[in-house]
Amino acid sequence: MNTATHTLDPHAGHAHHPAGLMRWLTTTNHKDIGTMYLTFSLLMFFVGGAMILAVRAELFQPGLQLMKPEFFNQLIGVHALVMIFAALMPAATGFANWMIPLMIGAPDMALPRLNNWGFWLLPPAALLLTMPFILALFGIGDGAVATGWTLYAPLSVQGGIGVDFAIFSIHILGISSIMGSINIIATLLNMRAPGMTLMKMPLFCWGWLVTAVLLIITLPVLAGGVTMLLTDRHFGTHFFNAAGGGDPILFQHLFWFFGHPEVYILLLPVWGLMPHVLSTFTRKPIYGHTAQVYGFIAIGVLGLIVWAHHFMTAGLPVPALLYFMYSTMAISLPLAVLFFCWIATMWRGAMSFETPMLFAIGFIVLFGIAGLTGLVLADVAADAQYHHSYFVVAHFHYALFAGGIMGVMTGVYYWLPKWTGHMYSEKLGKLHFWLTVISFNFTFMPQFFLGLAGMPRRIPDYALQFTEFNAISTVGAFVLGLSQLLFAWNIWRCVRGGAKATDEVWEGTSGLEWELSSPPPYHSWDTQPVIKSGT
Amino acid sequence: MTPLNPRPPGRLFAGLSLLLAAGTALADYTWNFPTPVTPIARDTLHIHNEFMVIITVLFVVVFSIMVYSMVKHRKSTGAEPATFTGPTGAFQWFWVLVPFGILLFIDFVLMGIPAFHAVIEMEDTRTKADMVLKVTGLQWKWQYEYPDSGIKFISTMSTPREQIEGKAAKGENYLLEVDNEVVLPVGKKVRVLLTSTDVIHTWWVPQFGVKRDAIPGFLRETWVRIEEPGVYRGQCAELCGKDHGFMPVVVRAVPEAEYLAWVDKKKTEMAAAAAGSDRAWTKEELVAAGKAAYEKNCAACHQAEGQGLPPAFPALAGSKIVTGPLLSPEGKLLPDSHVDRVLNGKAGTAMQAFKATLSDADLAAIITYERNAFGNAKGDMIQPAQIKALR
Repeated sequence: MNTATHTLDPHAGHAHHPAGLMRWLTTTNHKDIGTMYLTFSLLMFFVGGAMILAVRAELFQPGLQLMKPEFFNQLIGVHALVMIFAALMPAATGFANWMIPLMIGAPDMALPRLNNWGFWLLPPAALLLTMPFILALFGIGDGAVATGWTLYAPLSVQGGIGVDFAIFSIHILGISSIMGSINIIATLLNMRAPGMTLMKMPLFCWGWLVTAVLLIITLPVLAGGVTMLLTDRHFGTHFFNAAGGGDPILFQHLFWFFGHPEVYILLLPVWGLMPHVLSTFTRKPIYGHTAQVYGFIAIGVLGLIVWAHHFMTAGLPVPALLYFMYSTMAISLPLAVLFFCWIATMWRGAMSFETPMLFAIGFIVLFGIAGLTGLVLADVAADAQYHHSYFVVAHFHYALFAGGIMGVMTGVYYWLPKWTGHMYSEKLGKLHFWLTVISFNFTFMPQFFLGLAGMPRRIPDYALQFTEFNAISTVGAFVLGLSQLLFAWNIWRCVRGGAKATDEVWEGTSGLEWELSSPPPYHSWDTQPVIKSGT
Repeated sequence: MTPLNPRPPGRLFAGLSLLLAAGTALADYTWNFPTPVTPIARDTLHIHNEFMVIITVLFVVVFSIMVYSMVKHRKSTGAEPATFTGPTGAFQWFWVLVPFGILLFIDFVLMGIPAFHAVIEMEDTRTKADMVLKVTGLQWKWQYEYPDSGIKFISTMSTPREQIEGKAAKGENYLLEVDNEVVLPVGKKVRVLLTSTDVIHTWWVPQFGVKRDAIPGFLRETWVRIEEPGVYRGQCAELCGKDHGFMPVVVRAVPEAEYLAWVDKKKTEMAAAAAGSDRAWTKEELVAAGKAAYEKNCAACHQAEGQGLPPAFPALAGSKIVTGPLLSPEGKLLPDSHVDRVLNGKAGTAMQAFKATLSDADLAAIITYERNAFGNAKGDMIQPAQIKALR
């Protein structure tokens, strides 16, 4: 960085950006774009949530009360796609945009225009995904994609226009994610403050670096897979049709080569965030910084080579089954490193339990259940019973709601005062935490038992022995869904005003981001900070 | 054959969930796998219970340490934060590495070795197999074939629509009952071959402990040896379209003598059905038989009144194809005609090639019925013998 820029007024940048709608359409500022990502994510979180509440309402009692099975199948698949691609991933990207420049001492992201484009691809993609619902109301097509988010051929070859819309939506979302990833890698590798070696880079940035690499490796494979699906549907190819020399299982390989790393893509940014929060509220430095970095890398590498455990009932050969079983079990080791470091960070600290800390602890415990049930799911013989059942549904919601979404909530409460300059309501935040954690368990714990008792996933109606657990789960889901309105309300209030936040915000913070004002200046670091050796 | 452990330790896992205390009034098996009736299912339950104990212990130990820390190391009780950031010295390194050693042992010895043997046993479908059952998934029913005795039939859900729509009280086996049950002999190793004619389905009976995908164009296999006579119920486990939730599997396991008697009875039925294709039927006979066969095989998509569910499932009432010519003047199959569609299906859609699964008599009856119902007053008919010739 050139020292000549230091003579400029650090706030001079304010004058150069347009106001109103044009500010948001044309912005190249990392904080504006981060805010848009986060707002979009919150909005889509409610859209995806509304879809699944309709599903849970249908499943409250046996029988078909509210909807036809065709519509039910559309809701479950679009719910998953919206939550993964339009709620969780943009939330993590929003965090990255907001925090990475602050954390590494950069004025902005490396590729600001790409950044703007990456965001503005999202709304059209989300529109494409959900538009078939609306078109169907006007008699065009038969609704959205009804194959589940996995789009398995040949069901997806047979499906209506919803599948085509989903394919193009995935293409656009993929382009957006790859551009975001390139930007993050370029920023992290080139724009760190002098003295911040890679191993000194904050763990949140490390989590995102591994995520970005995984995205760039796996998304093209998914894009290729869905393109092959498109040509099978419309242009006479037979990639997934045995009658033409293809193989339906090929699609599952392509899909899950992306789909399994996707789980870590969603979780790595959150794993990166956790040690910061724990260290802050224990007032103690992060334990095992280096070990966690290697843990992230190991999980990323292992995550790329275990994909077939998602279809062990498809009739893989025995050596393949054994390989995918043992390699999957091996992921427990680097994951245990993370758990060990989280708990060791808490050990002998001076803890206080503000909302972000509560969410972090809730995350660790519930994500622990996801990890442990994941370990037993790896066993091929037991998997034959768990697979395609509600046991799996419960397992991955412990991973992606308790892990992913509660992780994102941890980050939002932790950083919101830094972003807005105001404190959120601690009382509302704590209420939101307890309602979320209790209703979450009411929703998903019964689903473990439903799965064990033999209830398959993705059925709109069920046999009578599953009635009680489904009723409990539905009640839990509605409380869970409504509790999230508190979250939105608390954010809204915090954006509008509230007690002034200090620059450090929390008592035990460490890191460059807490040295800037709350909210930070428009161009973050006008003067590049220098990391002294030893810090 | 060891008896089922009456108190599976896996219920410890259930005990974790105090939230569901009210559920203890429910039947025992809803907390765990249903009672296993095959060696595989018994092993699976055993392994599952063992694993649940292991992960429960791990959960409790790890989070007890965390909870202890949360109680002891609080700012409000005046705790002073330590400053360590990693292990120092050989002693600390030793204790840091111990948990990972334990985890390695749990993963690859305690869990890994039983899991290895279970996989080998589960995949050994051929050794000393006594008979073969071929299962074909179709949207949305199962076809069962016994290659040894030539028996072949379709099994569809028999729960009435009124129960699903809440217009009638739901029966005991709601959604888990079929018109034709699969009958298997007790104590015999049955090699189950699976395939599909349209999309991927999954054949699953929880009490057998096996679940295997039925993949179009490929054969997959698994095996069962049912140890107890009884009726075992399951359902399709892979999303396969609209009526995925209405595709039950019902297996009746009977002693061998009873099984052989059933085989004889089925063979007689099949012979009678085959004879049906050689005699001449009246139009009234065909329409009556066609209505029954239509409701069983076609109404799920094309609906009872032939109105269909467009655009995915076109209407038959007034359809150009159904009201088009029956056959060419020479009595040959016309491409894309009504008869062609029913016999050979339409590629890339849910419309199957029904000649693979239905008898000549059923096909003739369905075609005749469709041409003379829903206001399609064509007045013509097709004989089972003609279908036989067109195959």
